Amino acid sequence: MESAISIFLEGRNLARLMEGVWITLKISAASVLLSVVFGLLVGLLMISRKPALQAATRFYLEAIRVMPILVLLYMFYYLPDKNWGLHFEAQTVAIGVFTLWGTAEMADLVRGALTSMPAHQRESGRAIGLTEGQVNRYIIIPQAVRRLIPGVINLTTRMIKTTPFIYFISVPELLKVGQQIVEISGMKNNMASFWVYGFIFFLYFLMCYPISCFSAYLEKKWQN
Amino acid sequence: MIKSMKQMAVITLALALGLALGLAWAAPAALAAGELDKIKAAGKIRIGVYSDKPPFGYVDANGVNQGYDVYLAKRLAKDLLGDESKVEFVLVEAANRMEVLESNKVDLVLANFTVTADRAKQVDFCKPYMKVALGVVSPAKAPITDVAQLKGQTLIVNKGTTAEIYFAKNHPEVTLSKYDQNTEAFNALRDGRGVALAHDNTLVFAWINENPGFVAGIDFLGDLDSIAPAVKKGNNELLEWVNNEIVTLGQENFFHKDYEATLRPVYGDTIDPETVVIEGGVLK
Repeated sequence: MESAISIFLEGRNLARLMEGVWITLKISAASVLLSVVFGLLVGLLMISRKPALQAATRFYLEAIRVMPILVLLYMFYYLPDKNWGLHFEAQTVAIGVFTLWGTAEMADLVRGALTSMPAHQRESGRAIGLTEGQVNRYIIIPQAVRRLIPGVINLTTRMIKTTPFIYFISVPELLKVGQQIVEISGMKNNMASFWVYGFIFFLYFLMCYPISCFSAYLEKKWQN
Repeated sequence: MIKSMKQMAVITLALALGLALGLAWAAPAALAAGELDKIKAAGKIRIGVYSDKPPFGYVDANGVNQGYDVYLAKRLAKDLLGDESKVEFVLVEAANRMEVLESNKVDLVLANFTVTADRAKQVDFCKPYMKVALGVVSPAKAPITDVAQLKGQTLIVNKGTTAEIYFAKNHPEVTLSKYDQNTEAFNALRDGRGVALAHDNTLVFAWINENPGFVAGIDFLGDLDSIAPAVKKGNNELLEWVNNEIVTLGQENFFHKDYEATLRPVYGDTIDPETVVIEGGVLK
């Protein structure tokens, strides 16, 4: 235990891990927010009856789904500079790529939530004289949002857990900082990887657990 | 309302896309000026180094870049720009050392880069400053001293390294277990997820010096390779400057000083510096 504490107390190790946490949180928070906004918009397009829109959104969703995150990072960080001399900041690319992915996932969740609403609800609403807008506002959207929450929470925690991939575009997020520390401490202390990764596990837990709690709270609150 | 929301969605997305493209086109295109002038104009040289490969390139407990490669990087910055702090370290991995050069993310890569014919098709290597062969490390209790012992067994290697290429090409009978990070690879060896681990002998020496339960059963395998700085293909101006610099530095025995400062503390006194260091860019 003493050897474990000494790893974290040496130099700026603890502060560096916290900087890693900050990068992870910053990139996932920005990506989730943008994904929710764009996902809602794209999700609405997905349920459009226009074949062209349906095809386009379908293509977008499937294209993003089959592509590993590393490939997307490569495509948006290295390729533009290689071919057209366009440089984007690594963290901007990270947020962009995660948003592209998150938007696709989110849009599909929105599509699912909206199309899972039984048709008779809309028809009943219209039958009692509500306008199309009122039906959406008072009947469809409130229920769709509740159905969305678990999916959004799941997407958020997955995003947090996918951030380590951005080491590939030279961003030192939490896991990379951990590896740097393990590599210099690990030569002397063969328990270093256990303690450092254990601590990182705990940090990821601290980032993800409150989100799960919040989700549980919302679900409980809306049950009544 | 859905209809109007859809219209809104289309318009918002179109705007976002337009903005993104606009930003993209507004980015400054690369100037055709001399490469050295560009670096001087920027006031800093961007050098790709490892962040977790001690003793060559690593980040110490205070978050400062250190190691044999970094020692050279600082000297290059000093000689080119007059100040050893005028270097921006970009963290690279074995897997993206080519990409950072090809896409102009760095000017130079100093990341324990072994010169191979395949790599030389994609990047230009300067004169070497270090030499290396493969080493195979295994537990002292069950040492692997001959490649024949590896037949049908699992050998741990790092993706994209010379070790992976060598075994895939010359010893297909050996099962390779591949890892991205050195940390993971060495942990896999400790956990017994393979009978041995193959990596550059320079790294193996450093690791066994700190891990008494393991031995370098094979300390020299494959070809004697050289390690050199790399620049983007066609960046002859920087290439020549670095080459001249390496020759000049050889006259003051710079790389032996580098060895004393960064490698000896890790290798201990059992390794002869001459097995690792190259002075003046001449591989002997």
